[in-house]
Amino acid sequence: MASNSSGGSSDRQRIAKQRLRIIAGHLQRPADDDSAVGAAECTAQGSKTDASSEERTVPRRRHEIMKWNGWGYSDSKFVYNKKGQAEFTGKRYRLSGMIIPGLKDWMENTFGATLQHKTPATPILNSSAVQAPTLNEVFVEELKSTHIPFSHDAEDRVFRAHGHCLHEIFALREGKIGRVPDLVVWPSCHSDVEKIVELACKHNVCLIPYGGGTSVSSALECPPEETRSIVSLDTSQMNRILWIDEKNLTAHVEAGIVGQDLERLLNESGYCTGHEPDSMEFSSLGGWVATRASGMKKNIYGNIEDLVIHIKMVTPQGVIEKSCQCPRMSTGPDVHHFIMGSEGTLGVVTEVTLKIRPVPEYQKYGSVVFPNFEQGVACLREVAKQRCAPASIRLMDNEQFKFGHALKPQVSSIFTSFLDGLKKLYITKFKGFDPNRLCVATLLFEGDREKVLQHEKQVYTIAAKFGGLAAGEDNGQRGYMLTFVIAYLRDLGMDYYVIGESFETSVPWDRVLDICRNVKARIVRECKEKGVQFPPLSTCRVTQTYDAGACVYFYFAFNYRGLSDPIHVYEEVEHAAREEILANGGSLSHHHGAPTGSRLSQRARRVQARCSISWWTAGEVAAPGLVPQPHSLRRFGRRLRAKAPLRLGWPRPPAGAEAGVRTPSRVRSGAPVCTMGQEPPAPVAQSEGAGDGLLQPPAGPSSGNTHSLMSLIVC
Amino acid sequence: MTSTCRDSGRAPDEDAFTDLLGERRLRSDLGHALRTFNPHPHGGAPPPSTADLNRTVLESQYLRYVIKEVAAETGSSPDEVGEDARGILEEMSQNLQLGFIRLMAYTVTKVLKRLFSSVYVNMDGLNTLQQAVKDGPVILMPNHRSYMDFLIISYVLFTYDIPVPVIAAGIPLAGMKIVGEILRRSGAFFIRRAIGSERLYWAVLSEYVKTIVRTSAAPLEFFVEGLRSRTLKSLKPKLGMMHMVLEPYFKGEVFDVTLVPITVSYDRVLEESLLVHELLGVPKPKESTTGLLKARRVLQENYGSMHVNFGRPVSARQLCQGKIKRCQYNLTPRDLPRKPSAEAQACVSWLAHVMVRLQEEGSLIGPWSLMACLLLQAPATVLTEGGLPWRQLTERTLWLRKLALDFGARLNWPRRVPDSDVISSSAALHGAVVRRKDGRAYLVQEEEPARKHPVGAEEGALRTAAPLLMLASYRNQALHVFLRPALLATAMHVTKSQQTDELCAFFRFLQDVFSHEFIFVPGNSAQDFEEACFFLKKCRALCISQQEVTASETGAEVLQFLQTLLQPFMDSYQAMFRFLSDEGADVITEKQFVAAVRNAAAKLILSGELHTYEALSSDMHKNALSSLRRLEAVTKLSGSPEDEYSVNKAACGRIAGILTGKIPPQMLQTAPDARL
Repeated sequence: MASNSSGGSSDRQRIAKQRLRIIAGHLQRPADDDSAVGAAECTAQGSKTDASSEERTVPRRRHEIMKWNGWGYSDSKFVYNKKGQAEFTGKRYRLSGMIIPGLKDWMENTFGATLQHKTPATPILNSSAVQAPTLNEVFVEELKSTHIPFSHDAEDRVFRAHGHCLHEIFALREGKIGRVPDLVVWPSCHSDVEKIVELACKHNVCLIPYGGGTSVSSALECPPEETRSIVSLDTSQMNRILWIDEKNLTAHVEAGIVGQDLERLLNESGYCTGHEPDSMEFSSLGGWVATRASGMKKNIYGNIEDLVIHIKMVTPQGVIEKSCQCPRMSTGPDVHHFIMGSEGTLGVVTEVTLKIRPVPEYQKYGSVVFPNFEQGVACLREVAKQRCAPASIRLMDNEQFKFGHALKPQVSSIFTSFLDGLKKLYITKFKGFDPNRLCVATLLFEGDREKVLQHEKQVYTIAAKFGGLAAGEDNGQRGYMLTFVIAYLRDLGMDYYVIGESFETSVPWDRVLDICRNVKARIVRECKEKGVQFPPLSTCRVTQTYDAGACVYFYFAFNYRGLSDPIHVYEEVEHAAREEILANGGSLSHHHGAPTGSRLSQRARRVQARCSISWWTAGEVAAPGLVPQPHSLRRFGRRLRAKAPLRLGWPRPPAGAEAGVRTPSRVRSGAPVCTMGQEPPAPVAQSEGAGDGLLQPPAGPSSGNTHSLMSLIVC
Repeated sequence: MTSTCRDSGRAPDEDAFTDLLGERRLRSDLGHALRTFNPHPHGGAPPPSTADLNRTVLESQYLRYVIKEVAAETGSSPDEVGEDARGILEEMSQNLQLGFIRLMAYTVTKVLKRLFSSVYVNMDGLNTLQQAVKDGPVILMPNHRSYMDFLIISYVLFTYDIPVPVIAAGIPLAGMKIVGEILRRSGAFFIRRAIGSERLYWAVLSEYVKTIVRTSAAPLEFFVEGLRSRTLKSLKPKLGMMHMVLEPYFKGEVFDVTLVPITVSYDRVLEESLLVHELLGVPKPKESTTGLLKARRVLQENYGSMHVNFGRPVSARQLCQGKIKRCQYNLTPRDLPRKPSAEAQACVSWLAHVMVRLQEEGSLIGPWSLMACLLLQAPATVLTEGGLPWRQLTERTLWLRKLALDFGARLNWPRRVPDSDVISSSAALHGAVVRRKDGRAYLVQEEEPARKHPVGAEEGALRTAAPLLMLASYRNQALHVFLRPALLATAMHVTKSQQTDELCAFFRFLQDVFSHEFIFVPGNSAQDFEEACFFLKKCRALCISQQEVTASETGAEVLQFLQTLLQPFMDSYQAMFRFLSDEGADVITEKQFVAAVRNAAAKLILSGELHTYEALSSDMHKNALSSLRRLEAVTKLSGSPEDEYSVNKAACGRIAGILTGKIPPQMLQTAPDARL
């Protein structure tokens, strides 16, 4: 397949070029390159487009700039240098090239992980370990005729066979490669996707949409029992802003664009979306929609469901989209809410219209130290009550505060280190804060300069009521940095026997303290019971506030030296932790998407989502689509009321199935086969009773539920 | 559950016990009382002061809801109700102060040194407790046999640098002049008896207890049996406190609640004769300071030694796993006053029973208890007139010691002393009950009180009854060891059957009948039956195959002993059931029932039809009535001013019939009991 070179030009040059293109876009010159805004007509360009791909953050051959078995860019990682000090390599981040003197000690003290005990990863992908692709020849032939680029190169396929769950990365590091997609296609526009889906339906091929590849819900895992050809549909080349509507402050964007590009390109026109999930460097717009993502600054800009105005999605039954770009509708259930959180089971999101805002005039970080976590939570609750939360407000517990502290880069001047010492003295000695109990809230204010300052004052006044002391901008900024480098840190940990993961939940206010305490304690207890030799890191932060509750984010990591099956232990502990979350009134997830694969998630989903829609997240295209008409939606709503509780059924296979013809179970064309009135056939009832096979359809492991659900909408 | 019961009891190593008084006798008591006390409380956070604690309670959302509701019900203003709540809390709350703990420690040392030759404490239990106190809320659950229990735990914890507990006590103690206040400042908080339907009181109490648990302010000590056991037998647990203590865990307000079963075993109980007279209908003296001073007489006697066994702490979280779905509290505010769900009630009840069983297994059984078992098997006339040959008693006691060890009992049997000395010195300690004369053992009958009118036959019976009931109490200390095998032996004796199914059915029936007499963990009867089989097989008394249980040749002695052990209960219950079905009234109050049954039993004893004096014990009468209620042979009449019961005579007759083996037990339908 065509190969492209990664960007060699400097940032400034690139920005300048892009600015020109934007202007060109505004002038509505027919765009012949596709890296910026432009009302471009989409044609299947084949190899023609390769030349322009150098401008993109994400090239087709991702492994050229990104790690194949770890997080992020190949050039950026934590390493121990010759002196045994931790260092962050590369040039991309604020932390890049800096020495972090405290990290080594922290690793040793927290995990008992020492430099002597190393677990290096397999350095290079061994292509011979990758299964030969199972190609559907007819499909490939017809795909060729569309001129949509594709590849069955081993590296391309392996890269798209995983997200960033611990078990996925751990297996890659050990060089273990399971079922991978057989083919990767790179559509460059909506109509390309339409063609691919149509072909997949026609030739009984399994499709898995792939955006940024940052999934932590196992949504990208290929079912090992799948016998059909699996095609990974990589949306990364659909990364243009198609238009900006300055009158309504909306932008229409292709779904493959990654967060950093979207933000950068919008900034050039003086706008932003304000949607900043921690993974925004790599995660894509389509992925945000598919997992109901949440951004750090949601207090000002809202979560993805608040930001989205319009979605275009290709399903096996056709394209689904609303007929207008309205702020709100009252014509039955909102079809967007079927799509958001569907994690790729219903179709491929191709284009999205988002709200945009002018770039804020002023931005200011801040931080507050509290004597203990309880006081901190009380303060956040008060802030939420008064509805004066800044763009972001996060409360880290004591362990995480120490963690953040360990990431402090080496200070060059004696004066700064002297000041730091003085600050510490003031807080612990003069104010009597116990260094093992205090915790820190980090703040980010945004908006007009004057309003920001006023807002800041208000928040600090509330904090003072709860014993909080302002602790400076620097601490705040470092707190936010932690969330961007945490994934890189996990790779370092994995080099030294430490594995870990994060998970999050949302919970009513009155349970925040309880859930934090209980889940952390449960993790510690479970680790002990499962034979983990060293005390684990079990820490949390309250990371978002809402009127009725908060989002709590847990980090959990441990040293697995002495364990024969660390991943199994890890999964059992995580399972227990999630069970604890559910028992304490938390949700299974706040923004990562429903975690799959574990017994728990299936059971928990059954509990939490009695009547929910798409809970299988293998990430494939399935289900018949529709163009929703108001009246069909209304009818759906009526039927829903009449037939409640909704039963999710697996459609009866078409006549061909009985005649021995293998029918596609995931990608289906043709008329819907199961309607609301019909009894769901036996297999579903069986698998529902079977305990762990929730809603597992007979032919393939996924999407039966969603399939029939969508047919419900149609009927 | 059996596993927890079984392995926690295993550590019958007397060497693990340390004599607390040993050091006190060597060093100054004042020095001990003034020692530096530096316990490490939980979590590093300082525990809230009593004033903070009380304020938290009064300001709690839960109490605010209840006050609002009570105000709406009674028509008074919320402020008035709030004032009432404050008053209740003032009456109730403890005011733990280190100075008073020191005072208490000084006094208790003096008293202990006078009364007991030694006070033994198991150090390993204390060490695990010390660890547990650091990890989270700890609930100390001692058994309750004597007023001495009340402060001994605080005393031990003070001595070993563990935070002293706050203790749930009955309100009468608060009424004692000066002493009440001293107790309050030593950590006691006072609960009214028979709270019944008084909603506000209940709310204040439960919020108070829950706040203590939530904040881990101090370990919480309460007697799960509710009151002192008059018969030295474990009582059926009371569930109110247990529920309050567990609810913070159920609702996720604490990660876990650690429950520590504690067993205090006495060689001789201070109140022995007082308790027996209460059982025979003499009212309990009111707790008062003057009463306490009058009771100085007891200080002049020797009460042997005392064992305080701190059981292995158990985690409520671990035990409740699978028994409660904590999600049930997710859909309503947790502060909302609500009735606990049936599931929660069942779980609490189960756990409370488990705790009492753990207490039983932690008890140390002295030689005297074993002797009491044997003495009671001799007919009363032999004991009062002919006397029992001492040598026979000694031999049989040694035989029983072996059986008890086979059944997994923990014995308090001094090692370095000849067995015969152990036995005679135990008997000497209880000279008030049994006297040794000319190589024979006699029962000591009470002196005849100087009365104006001549003593009737029935009162004469009471004179014999008192020492016999005392003996029975000491037998009861050991009863739980033999109970399950004894039920099986009784089942075999009554049914004359060898079929496992039949025996099992009768075994269960006996458990139903004696459900208030002995402690059975609800839903555990299959394991209980297995345990009985296991022990009897172990001591080679039974041969057990798939369908059959047969007595072995060597087993007759064991089976005979076991069956006779339960005979007093069988006979007394039989007599009561017969009385109800043949003579009693259709509607009866508990008081009337106790009086009538006592009279009837006395008559039967005098006429020689009934051989056990235990039938005179009011405790047994009340237990029988409760189990009849459970078996639905007696139903409580609603709406009557006093607690009146209507008696289903036919049902009583039928139960009596089954008990004698005339009717097979399948005839009886027991309703599944949610309260269990």
